[in-house]
Parts: sequence; structure tokens; C-alpha cells
Amino acid sequence: MKVLIIGNSAAAIGCIEGIRSHDLQTQITVLTDEKYMAYSRPLISYYLWGKAEKKNMYYREDDFYEKAHVNLITNQKATAIDTKKKQVTTNGGLTETYDKLLIATGASPFVPPVEGLAGKQNVFTFLKWDDAEDLKKVVGPEKNAVVVGAGLIGIKVAEGLLPHCKSVTIVELAERVLPMVLDEASSNIVAKIVEEKGIALELGNSAVKIEGGDAVEGVVLKDGKQLPCDILVMAVGVRPNTQLAKDANIGVNRGILVDEYCLTNEKDIYAAGDVTESFDSVAGDQKIMALWPNAYIQGETAGLHMSGAKLKEPTLFPMNSVTIFGYPIITAGIQPDDQCLVLEKEDEEGLARLIFKENKLVGMMLLGKVDRAGIYTSMIHDGTLIEHPESLLSDTFGLNWFSKEVRKEKMK
Amino acid sequence: MKRIRAVEEWCLGCKLCEVHCRTAHSKSKDIVKCYKKEAPSPARVVVEDGGDYNFALNCRHCKDAKCVKSCITGAMYRDPETGYIVNNPDKCIGCWTCVLACPYGAIMRDTSNKKIVAKCDMCAEVGTPACVANCPNQALILIEEEEEE
Repeated sequence: MKVLIIGNSAAAIGCIEGIRSHDLQTQITVLTDEKYMAYSRPLISYYLWGKAEKKNMYYREDDFYEKAHVNLITNQKATAIDTKKKQVTTNGGLTETYDKLLIATGASPFVPPVEGLAGKQNVFTFLKWDDAEDLKKVVGPEKNAVVVGAGLIGIKVAEGLLPHCKSVTIVELAERVLPMVLDEASSNIVAKIVEEKGIALELGNSAVKIEGGDAVEGVVLKDGKQLPCDILVMAVGVRPNTQLAKDANIGVNRGILVDEYCLTNEKDIYAAGDVTESFDSVAGDQKIMALWPNAYIQGETAGLHMSGAKLKEPTLFPMNSVTIFGYPIITAGIQPDDQCLVLEKEDEEGLARLIFKENKLVGMMLLGKVDRAGIYTSMIHDGTLIEHPESLLSDTFGLNWFSKEVRKEKMK
Repeated sequence: MKRIRAVEEWCLGCKLCEVHCRTAHSKSKDIVKCYKKEAPSPARVVVEDGGDYNFALNCRHCKDAKCVKSCITGAMYRDPETGYIVNNPDKCIGCWTCVLACPYGAIMRDTSNKKIVAKCDMCAEVGTPACVANCPNQALILIEEEEEE
């Protein structure tokens, strides 16, 4: 069998490892439009910051592809999928055939139109290693940087820019930072940390005009404020790279639609990672869950399924862990609605908020103190029945929460 | 592959395993020096208090290791030779995604030193797991597990 993977990040590696966990025969080819072996995308902000060395950027060992007998083709962008002939063509004129195909093309930054933005130099997005390399070339102690967007990417790029620039300002349309994952109270905690470190926040504001000649020189905000700007990073969001799939008549909504085994509506074609829209087992709806661990798990699921391995019905739900200037934030599951019970505990170490629905844990948000969070994650995943929600916030909470029988089974 | 098993019926909750774990992972490997002069990393074994019982929990070195799958940098991996789950301190950046993923809560945060993960490595450096060797009541034992084909 011949497996072709378009893309070379978490989902692609998951697919390779899923196949190779039990199948050494299948031929695997990976096509990537980048020049690198798989690297950790979340590390690019650490690389910019100076906290991750080049050699530690790679997601797997140097001999990974060789050992896994994978044919890695770099610097080739897949341009068309022919589902009848079962082949993929690239911008470099290559044609690769497949028996099973994985589309793991990821997502690209979305840059909204802003007056004066088009064609300006020193405007960046931040998703790839080369984006960090480009930024490294222009930062300097006399430079003023402006980041548009206070989501995960915006905050992390600001964190990486801060030690290298004179000033860093984040402009965010919403009234709070990390608006997609945090509520107001917890967002305020993070905003305070970010500001204390020296990043200026312009919340409830937006960039309406970019000033300068060839290169960006300033940003005019909605409220009329003018920010000097030598480096502008647009980080308002990402969009799945679905064009290739669309052109091949594969089912696409906002992302490529996949089932629990990551199959698309086209036979023998799978999709995984940030390009997909998949079923959120906790919320019970279909959505884009563009997060690294989920991409790996989806890729692995696809790899196992396409190579005929038995696998339990996989479940996915949003979960994320991030640190901002060392302050840990973990979120998982759903945001509370009016049918939810929300329990909270706040002390000098941090804030824990647990969200329950129908006697089950369906979401969590932990700030500052995140130890042993995985036990909660497993409860969300398993749909563990919880009679006394407050018991989850006990100081001695741990595996001791479970009955002796369950505990023994878990600790076998 | 040898694995550590907790026997809660025998556990006294004395936490000597925690003390010896920290010592075994310290610079000096000396119990007094490590506690008095170093900032030892946290114990990678955690003694849980269940009221009328205790048990000491270690990394289970899972076959289906969620920490490895979720690690965003590739720092967490299964040692192909020993089969144990190991964290590469050079690659770990302390994002705590493994803490989010581990269903046992067996991965600790070493916030006193490099702010990276501290987890059971079966005491690779000293040979035999210190928690097992120093448990006064055999509440932590080493068992040999057959490889499943």
C-alpha cells in the first residue's frame, strides 16, 4: 500500500507513527512546502524569545524519516488532487500516486484588510519557523512593535518580541486578552501579568490605518490613538488551508469535514489537524479544534485506520495548556452556559474553575496552579459520573477520588 | 519491562518514597545535603491521602502514553530500549501540556529549577528506583511485566 501525506507537522507525524506502530510494509511519502523536517510550531515564539535553540526545534530525532522509512519531499507544494487517478501534483511538477491520502495542510494566518496595510514592508504573520526567522532579522532595541490580536498567537509573539524591542503593544478588538479561551475574570489575571512585564494593551480597540511609505511607520487605532510602529504582526486568527480539498470536491465547511476516523467524504482520503472540522465529543458539535495535541491524535487515528489497525472510537475535545511569562493556563472542554454548574476555588496560588453539566465534568479552566490537571481531563474524556462536584476541588483530590476498584484498575 | 506497583494495603503514608525520590534526583544524591543546600526538584512519586488509606503513585509508563502524544516539542518520548517514558530536559519548555494530558496526574512541574517537567525515570541514573528501595513496608514493589505481542 502507498500512503501519501500532504503536510509535515503534528498530524503528519501522528499518521506516520500510527502506521509504523504495527505496519512496516506500507510505503509512506510526505510532501511539504517548507524546507524543514517536522518542527514544533508552538516553539517558534520561544525561538524568537531566545529560549529554544535551533537544534531543539525539531519535533523528532534527525534520523526519524530514515528510521520510519518515510520518503520526505521538501519544498514542494501540492497543487491538485486527482481523486480518480489517485494522484497528487505539485508546483515543482511532481506527480505522486497514492492508495490512501492524508490531507494535513494546516491553516494559514488570516489578515484582514486594513487601510494602508497592503504591500507594506515589516508586516508579519506568525505561524511558521520562517516567520520567526524573519522577525529575528528586524528586531532591535530601538524598534517599536505592534501586534494585532490578543489570542494565543498574538500573546506568544508579543512575549517573544518583548526582550528584543523597545516597546511591544497588543491591539485587540475584544475587551479582554485570550477572548476565545478565557472569561473576563481570568483574562484580567493574564492581562495584569502581561502588562507588568512591560507589554502595552489596547483592548476594545483596533487598527484602522497603517502609516508609512514602503515600510510600516505607525498604526492608527479606532479611538484615534497613534502608535509608532516599526514591526507589525498581524495575529487575528487562522483559516484552514482547504483550497486543495475544495478543488477536488471533498466536503468542506469552514474546515475539511471528517468523521471520527478522520475520513473525508471521499473514499481513501483522510484529513487531520488544523485543516479539519471534527466532532467535539464534549460539546456535541462539529468544529475546528486547531490545537497541537489534537492534530497529533487525529493524524495517528488516520494512520491506524488507513493501515487497518483496530482502534477504539477516538474522542476529541478542545484542550490547551500554555504559559505566559511562565504563568500556567490550562483550559479544556466547553465554556459554561446557563445549564452548567460552575464551581470555583481561588487562593494565592491561582484560580480553578470547573464546569459541570448533568453530573459530569465538561470543562475546566486552571490558572496559576495546574498540577494534576490530567485527572480532570480524563474525567471529561470518560464522562465520569460525579455525584459531589465540590469533591473535585478538595485539597487532597487525586486518584483517591475514585473507588478502590477503579483506582486499582487505573494503577495496575 | 519492570514496573513499579503500589500496594495501598501496605502503605503507611510516611512519604519516605518522596524524600528518597528527591534525593535520588538531586545533584549530591545525599539526603541531608540535598534538602539543606540544594533546591531539589519535586518528588516524582506522590503519596495520596485517602483518609483511612494511602498509596504512592508513580508514572505508569503507559503503553498508550498520552503525555508523549500531546507533547508539543517532542521532549517526551518512549525510550526504545527500556520502554520507559522519558523527558528530554533540553527540549522541554515547561508548557505543561503533558500535565494536562496525564490521566494519573503523575507528571510534576519543577518550578524551583529550570521550570520544566519532573517525572519518574525509574531512577535511570542510580539503577534501581529509590522509592522502591527505600519503602520500609514494601508498599512499592517492582514487578516484571511480560511484553505483549
